[in-house]
Amino acid sequence: MNIKRLQSFFRKEFRHILRDRRTLLILFGMPLAQVLLFGFVLSNEIKNTNIAVLDQAKDAESIALTNKLVSSGYFRIAHTLESARDLEPAFRSGKVKMAFVFSPGFGHQLAHEGVAPLQIISDASDPNTATTLLQYAQAIVQDYQLALAAGQMAGRATIQVQTRMQYNPEQKAVFTFVPGVITLILMLVSAMMTSITIAREKELGTMEVLLVSPLQPLEIILGKTSPYLLLSLVSTVVVILVSMGIFGMPIRGSLLLLAMECILYTFVALSLGILISTRAKDQMTAMFMSALGLLMPTMLLSGFIFPRESMPWALQVIGMAIPATWFNPIVKGVMIKGVGLEVLWLETVVLAGMALFFLVLSLRNFKDKLE
Amino acid sequence: MHNDIISVQKLTKKFGAFTAVDAISFGVQRGEIFGFLGANGAGKTTALKMLTGLLTPTSGVATVAGYDVIRYPDRVKQRIGYMSQRFSLYEDLTVRENIRLYGGIYGLPKAEIREKSAQMLSKLELKAQADTLVGSLPLGWRQKLAFTVALVHDPGVVFLDEPTSGVDPLTRRQFWDLIYEAAHQGVTLMVTTHYMDEAEYCDRVSIMVDGRIEVLDTPRQVKTQLGVQTMDEAFRVLARPQTAIS
Repeated sequence: MNIKRLQSFFRKEFRHILRDRRTLLILFGMPLAQVLLFGFVLSNEIKNTNIAVLDQAKDAESIALTNKLVSSGYFRIAHTLESARDLEPAFRSGKVKMAFVFSPGFGHQLAHEGVAPLQIISDASDPNTATTLLQYAQAIVQDYQLALAAGQMAGRATIQVQTRMQYNPEQKAVFTFVPGVITLILMLVSAMMTSITIAREKELGTMEVLLVSPLQPLEIILGKTSPYLLLSLVSTVVVILVSMGIFGMPIRGSLLLLAMECILYTFVALSLGILISTRAKDQMTAMFMSALGLLMPTMLLSGFIFPRESMPWALQVIGMAIPATWFNPIVKGVMIKGVGLEVLWLETVVLAGMALFFLVLSLRNFKDKLE
Repeated sequence: MHNDIISVQKLTKKFGAFTAVDAISFGVQRGEIFGFLGANGAGKTTALKMLTGLLTPTSGVATVAGYDVIRYPDRVKQRIGYMSQRFSLYEDLTVRENIRLYGGIYGLPKAEIREKSAQMLSKLELKAQADTLVGSLPLGWRQKLAFTVALVHDPGVVFLDEPTSGVDPLTRRQFWDLIYEAAHQGVTLMVTTHYMDEAEYCDRVSIMVDGRIEVLDTPRQVKTQLGVQTMDEAFRVLARPQTAIS
C-alpha cells in the first residue's frame, strides 16, 4: 500500500465525479427529490381528503356527525349526493376517495334503538390510503358515539377504548420513508455507482493500464470506492438534515450508532458493487445488474414500501438475504424509537456478517478476473 | 543471451485444453523496436499479457527489464510502460491532469512530475492545450500524448498494443517518429500492429501462428526467407486462412 499513489488516484476519482453532472445528480439530487416527494406527497394526501356525503336522514345527528368529520381536518366535502345512484359516478370520476351514507331516520334509530347503520365506502384502488382514511373515520365516529353516550347516560360507567399510534402519533408517512430512502440511497450510490465506475474503466480500456501499473488490485479497489463511500455518507447526512428540518423527523437514539451502522451498511453495498463490476464488462450491464439485482429487491422486498409480514413466506425468505431488510429496522429503531444495540444487536451482527462475506467474495473475484 | 532486456524461454499459456501460447522463446535487445505480429487469436495478446504481468504463465520463463515476471511482477511493472489498443488516457481529465495522474501512480516526486509535464508539453507542442480536456483533442494528438505519458516514469521497456489503430497515415508516420526517438534514447519497444507497412519500420519482427512463433528476423530477411516482396505478402503466406478468420 502506497499512500502517495493512492492520493493521485483519489484526486482523479473526485475529478471524474465532479465533472459528471449526471453522477452529481444521482448523488445529491435524487436523494433530496425522493425525501421531498415521499414527505410532501404522502403527508398531504391524508389531509383534506375529498369525500361525498349522501344524507338521507338530514336530522340533527347526521348533520352533527358530518360536521365533526369535516372539522377534523382530514375530510372535505366535495359532493353532497342526492341518491345512491350518484355514488358510483362520484368514485369513478376520482373526485372523491370516500363516501358516507346515512340511512333515512338515522337520528331516530340511534335515539330509540341505540343502533343506527352508517355506511362508509372507500376507494380501495389505493389500499394503503383507504385503510388509513377508514381508521380516521372510525375514530371520529367512535368519538361522536362516546360523546353521545356520555350525554344520554350520564353517570353510567362506559369502557373507553383509546387507540394511540405509538412513536408516530400523527402517522407521518415521512417517518417511515426516510429510513427507507436512506437504505435506498446508500445502496444506489455505493453499489450502483461503484459497479458503474469500475465497469467504465473496463469499457474504456483504462483498467488495463491501471493493472499494468504498480497499483495493487486492492489499491485500485480502494481508490475507486472510497470517494463514493464518502459522498454517500454526505448524501445521507443531507437527507437526514432535510427530513429533520422540513418534516420534524427526530433522532431519538445515538447519532454515533446511526453513523456506524450507516458505514457498516455502506460496506455491504460497496462490496456488492465490486462483485457486480467483476461480472459486468460495460457500464450498461453494471447498471442493469445493480438496478434489477439490488435496487428492486431493496425497494420491494425489504419492507421499505410493502410490509414484509404480509408477503408469501417464499418472498419473506428471499427478503432475509437482502441487506436492507436488516438495515431498515436499525435506522427506524435508532431514529424513531431511540433504541440502541441492546435491541438491534441481531440486525447488526447479520449486517456485519454480510459485509465480511461479500467483501471477501468480491476481492477474490476481482483478483480472479485478472487472470 | 545475457544482454537481452526481454528474454523469453518456452513461455506457455493454456486455458483448459486450449493452448493459447505454445512454448515460445525469443530475446529482445535494448533499444530495439520489436514487431510482434500475428492474426487475431494467434496468441500475441496473451503473450503480451504474460510479459506485462497481467497473466500468470502456465510454464516457461520470462524476464523483462532484468526481473522474472512470475517472481517479481511488481518490480517489472515499475519498469515497463504500456499503451493499449484502446485509448489509455482519461478523456474527462485535462492534459496536465493525465500526466500528473500517471506520474503519481508510478510514484514520481512532485517536482519531477512538474518538470516532466513541462518537457512533454513543449515536445508535443501542447502547451496551449495543457488545461484542455483530453477528450476534446484530435485523435492523433491523443495517441501521441498517450505514448508520451506511457514514458513518464522512464521505463526500460514499452509495450504498445496496436497503438495506431484508427489513426490517419500522416499521424501514424509522426507517431513512428516518436517511437524511433524513444528507441534512440535506449528504450526498448515491443509493438503489435495490423498495419504491415508499420512492420517494415521495425528492427525485427516475429509472426505468431497458432500460439507459436513461425518466423523471427529482420523484415528484409523475413521477406527473402519466404520469397515475397512485401511484409503484407509474408503475413498472408504464414497466417493460414483458418486462423485469419477471427
